[in-house]
Amino acid sequence: MSAVIAANGLGKAYRRTWALRDCTLAVPEGHVVGLVGPNGAGKTTLLQLAAGLLAPTRGTISVLGDRPAAGPAQLARVGFVAQDTPVYMRMTVADHLRLGAWLNPGWDDSLARRRTGQLGLDPKQRAGSLSGGQRAQLALTLALAKRPELLLLDEPVASLDPLARREFLRMLMEAVAEHGTSVVLSSHLVADLERVCDYLIVLVASKIRVAEEVSDLLATHRRLSGPRRDPDTLPAGQDVIEESHTDKQTSLLVRTSEPVHDPAWAVTPVSLEDLILAYMNPANEIPARRPQLGVVS
Amino acid sequence: MIRLSWLQFRVQAVTAAAALAAAAVILAATSPHRDVNAGFYHWLYMAGIVVLYLTPAIIGTFWGAPLISRELETGTYRLAWTQSVTRTRWLAAKLGLGCLVSMATAGLLSLMVTWWSGPLDQLDQFNNYRLSPLTFGARDLTPVGYAAFAFALGVTIGLLLRRAVPAIAVTLAVFAAVQVAVPLEVRPYLIPPVHTVSPLSISNVTGTGDGGPGGPGGPTPSPYLSVGTKADIPGAWVYSSQVTVPDGSTALGPDPQACRSGSNSACDTALARLHLRQVVTYQPASRFWAFQWTETGLYLLLALLLTGFCMWRVNRRLTR
Repeated sequence: MSAVIAANGLGKAYRRTWALRDCTLAVPEGHVVGLVGPNGAGKTTLLQLAAGLLAPTRGTISVLGDRPAAGPAQLARVGFVAQDTPVYMRMTVADHLRLGAWLNPGWDDSLARRRTGQLGLDPKQRAGSLSGGQRAQLALTLALAKRPELLLLDEPVASLDPLARREFLRMLMEAVAEHGTSVVLSSHLVADLERVCDYLIVLVASKIRVAEEVSDLLATHRRLSGPRRDPDTLPAGQDVIEESHTDKQTSLLVRTSEPVHDPAWAVTPVSLEDLILAYMNPANEIPARRPQLGVVS
Repeated sequence: MIRLSWLQFRVQAVTAAAALAAAAVILAATSPHRDVNAGFYHWLYMAGIVVLYLTPAIIGTFWGAPLISRELETGTYRLAWTQSVTRTRWLAAKLGLGCLVSMATAGLLSLMVTWWSGPLDQLDQFNNYRLSPLTFGARDLTPVGYAAFAFALGVTIGLLLRRAVPAIAVTLAVFAAVQVAVPLEVRPYLIPPVHTVSPLSISNVTGTGDGGPGGPGGPTPSPYLSVGTKADIPGAWVYSSQVTVPDGSTALGPDPQACRSGSNSACDTALARLHLRQVVTYQPASRFWAFQWTETGLYLLLALLLTGFCMWRVNRRLTR
């Protein structure tokens, strides 16, 4: 299994503040990866490192087996849309499509035209007179029509209306299904992530808390509720991610690969949203995991 | 990438072409080649020089400075740098095309103004010559070098400051400083000057004045007089013209009494007895092209160095 993004001890500091620290991960190909975390956790830094817009302060990162932005061939394989979806304000929509065609060997012109047509973008209109959402769509179209093997999207749907968001995510899923494109997208919209992501990376305070397949995460996490109890009395193999107590009741979110047989607990499955929120909460101490599961605490 | 650079730079290029066409019409309509009317042409003659000095400054500030800084400021560099083109090629295309258009603009304008000013450069009443520090930079090749340098300077400052407006201001200030410093501090030393020592003819003496140890306006009238002279070398750029006695030391002038109180002829006779020599340090007019090539080459070299720095910076520093 080859990794689309492999990082080893990756760190990035701006002057003296670390935006990303000790980041080691291997994202397997063919996934739609959701990158979540509180504001300022280092999501944008990680994506820009992968796109080659930033160079690491420490450690290494390789994307599709090569140094990011190593050369035209590597650049052609990676598509990137920055958070503010920059486009050239004075250039028209048609000019942007020409730009894409001129600068990318794998350019899919019919896809670009079809998409701008569907979105109702007038080819003669200048990008400066488009709405924020339309500009985002234009930037996303450029990245999609480049036909990359890996798409890095920094909050791609933030400025889209709910309908456009759904349509965009559907397009993304199509690209993944048709062309085997791998996608890494950061977002605060957990519901969207729940719909499209099959791999999750949670970044908190410039460190990676979770980087795993969603199906594994859902299969191993359980919510236990029952009479009040000290979490330290749980059997080995049940790691507490989050705990809350009332006078009589205890509710735990645990990670365990074994079924929970203790009759004192009411065991319920966990939604991805609960899981993300539990891992994002900086107050929760995430127990160290065995390395073969690929989790770095 | 060249096509994209052209797409982004064509407005500037078309503006330049329009300005050049307008200049061509004005200059052709007022050609002094048919009728030399110094009074009427003086204003246009000076305007031509001013415009030729302003052109590279405008190119550097309004074409060069925003070229990269605007991309950094608005974030579009993230779009450009994630297409399938390396930053080196991206910068090479943007810088190369912009630099060529800048050089062509300044070069064509210089060609027109040089042609137009040709008959007037010879006129005595303009008190000017092609090698004079002011005129030299507004003739033939030098504006091409200035334009290339100004453009590269603007791009470099834009890259360092990352904001268009401060980059424009700083570029203008730095370029103006260079344009003042070079004629004063660099150009005179590009080629070693010629020294000539010749017997001073009385007709070259422009006057005598108080000089020597007492100095002009000293507490006591000086016992010496200094001798002023002008160098009569057509078209030359004269650094200095001194009067010496035959052994090489500065002439301390004739018997002051002969010139202070006597008639002019008595003074001339007193001067002639001293066997004065005139030492002139100058650049002959024939070196005009040597200076043109050297200075243009110097500016092009500077532009090249700045380009190299930009390449390095775009690839290394900016990502750190």
